[in-house]
Amino acid sequence: MQNGKKLVLGVIGADVHAVGNQILNHAFREAGFDVINLGVMVSQEEFIDAAVESAADAILVSSLYGHGELDCQGLREKCDEAGLTGILLYVGGNIVVGKQPFEEVEKRFHNMGFNRVFGPGTSPETTIQALREDLLGQ
Amino acid sequence: MHPVLTIDFGSTYTKVTAVDTASARVIATAQDFTTAATDLSEGLASALAKLEGKTGALDYQARLACSSAAGGLRMVAVGLVPALTAKAARFAAFGAGAKVIATYAYEMTRADGEAIARQQPDIVLLSGGTDGGNRAVITSNAKVLAKVPGDFPVIVAGNRAAQDECADILRAAGKPAYVTENVMPTLNALNVRPAQEIIRSVFLERIILGKGLSREMALVDGILMPTPAAVMAALTLLADGTPEHKGIGELMAVDVGGATTDVYSIARGLPSAPTTLLHGLREPYVKRTVEGDIGMRYGAAGVVQAAGLDVVVEVSGLSKDVVQDLLQRIHEDASLLPQTEELEALDFALAVLAVRTGLLRHAGTLTQVYTPMGAVFRQEGKDLTHIAKLIVTGGTMIYSKRTQEIMAEALAVNDPAALLPKTPEILVDDRYILASMGLLAGYDQTAAFHILKEQFGKDVNHAAGQ
Ligand code: B12
Repeated sequence: MQNGKKLVLGVIGADVHAVGNQILNHAFREAGFDVINLGVMVSQEEFIDAAVESAADAILVSSLYGHGELDCQGLREKCDEAGLTGILLYVGGNIVVGKQPFEEVEKRFHNMGFNRVFGPGTSPETTIQALREDLLGQ
Repeated sequence: MHPVLTIDFGSTYTKVTAVDTASARVIATAQDFTTAATDLSEGLASALAKLEGKTGALDYQARLACSSAAGGLRMVAVGLVPALTAKAARFAAFGAGAKVIATYAYEMTRADGEAIARQQPDIVLLSGGTDGGNRAVITSNAKVLAKVPGDFPVIVAGNRAAQDECADILRAAGKPAYVTENVMPTLNALNVRPAQEIIRSVFLERIILGKGLSREMALVDGILMPTPAAVMAALTLLADGTPEHKGIGELMAVDVGGATTDVYSIARGLPSAPTTLLHGLREPYVKRTVEGDIGMRYGAAGVVQAAGLDVVVEVSGLSKDVVQDLLQRIHEDASLLPQTEELEALDFALAVLAVRTGLLRHAGTLTQVYTPMGAVFRQEGKDLTHIAKLIVTGGTMIYSKRTQEIMAEALAVNDPAALLPKTPEILVDDRYILASMGLLAGYDQTAAFHILKEQFGKDVNHAAGQ
């Protein structure tokens, strides 16, 4: 059943890893979310434009190829500029590069304005539960 | 014999064409100056007299007209995000044959309202938000428009959830409001047809009477449309054919005028390689763009601005001083004809750069991304590299002796990011029949198609005996 919440989904930057994106698209739809999937190689501006026109409730950013931190910088500030004040921002995928602890990476993404940060191997169910908590108060 | 008359009220010339649909041929064409915007009948009468001089008296079975006189159909497009609904609204307006005199995105200001009050558009197209998406901005913009003096009609084609509220706001302020489907119902999906239908009917009901066309003339049997809409109808018929006859396939056209440059593509424009990903708004199969500031005379300054003075100098082969001097003369007298060799050289450069700028802004772009697994590409807009036929129309290009040369130079863009036609055959609308055939298409599609095919569909190499 549809829950009325809209998610903008995409893989940021010059990243072409398409499989995880398709899985998430499917899983979120099954869970009742309205998904606007932008696919791979999505720029920050495309995420923002899509969220503005569709009045989305959350933006879910994937990064698999290792340049996630660079690609995600400034996204929150641009959302604020575009009037998407307080929109929920998640990031996930292979965002830990090299041998650094996840907690440090998570902290840096939190500082960038992401509400939740998911490490490698996160199952779609975990994300769906988080979305339900944050958007539906369940 | 089954004679049909088509009339094109242009901003400068009124062009009349006598067609025999029974034998699918153009009997004769004639033109005369369009008379004062308040009454077009005088110019029409003298054009018709000239035509009758060529054809003798004919008992026309139908009289079909289109018009771009009195500034054409002047529209304002309003959307939310520039690359999304504002662009979709522009596509809708251009595709309906309108001239977009201003585009607004995000929340409009009081100053925007004042600008519209000065411009007094024929129609405002109000969009914004996908269905169920943002409704605050379109509603706010409806309020701004409601305060603008004037009784211009507003077509509301935005977020479904906000349409009734917008229409109420506008009607309460005395603006005729027409509600139709969203130009972008879901993200990146274009839906311009319903808005275009309304634009067309509003044009018929309200606009033509104010444009110097008396009721009798407006009611010359059948559909009256803006001239670019007729041109588009002809190009689409030529490309797609009729249920019985196969069209000549995807094509493009360019029309360079004194003030503006129009570019058309009847093409899907999808990526040509599987490693290319399409991003952004999915553009319409029948796409028209207008460069409002790019042309041979009033638009000459716009060409210089877009291409750069150095490029104009280089392409013309003239010195910088001469170019500047000539541009000044054009600025002072827009009716200047290329009577000297120097002015001819400048006109060559202006035409090349007007066409090039128009084509570059119409065509899509390709960005390459390197990965260790090879290159992948990101395409925005249409891939037109494969287009095999490019039709040239409009006075400047039709009557130029150097049309082929102009087009070859215009297309000589060495930039893999620009998805321009690579080696198109250049076809010239030398009998000026596109608008006429677009009109005829609504009356006798088969006859119109045969005449178009005769003009543009010939296999040039074959005809040349190669
Ligand atoms: C297939 C593949 C490719 C294919 C991609 C084909 C395609 N179009 O999809 C090709 C060959 C093109 C490729 C290229 C590259 N790849 Co590669 N690729 C892989 C591989 C083997 C599988 C990816 C995959 O499909 N996984 C399956 C899906 C289901 O999992 P997923 O993508 O991780 O997504 C899940 C989760 O991450 C999570 N998730 C994802 N996004 C989000 C977002 C949120 C908000 C949340 C909550 C969760 C979440 O949910 C998803 C579903 O369960 C991985 C290694 C691996 N086993 O993961 C490397 C891997 C991702 N690639 C890697 C690299 C480095 C590259 C290249 C840079 C160079 C290279 N070495 O090949 C290029 C980059 C190209 C580019 N510009 O993007 C590295 C990334 C290293 C890093 N980030 O630190 C990996 C991890 C391999 C490795 N160990 O070195 N790759």
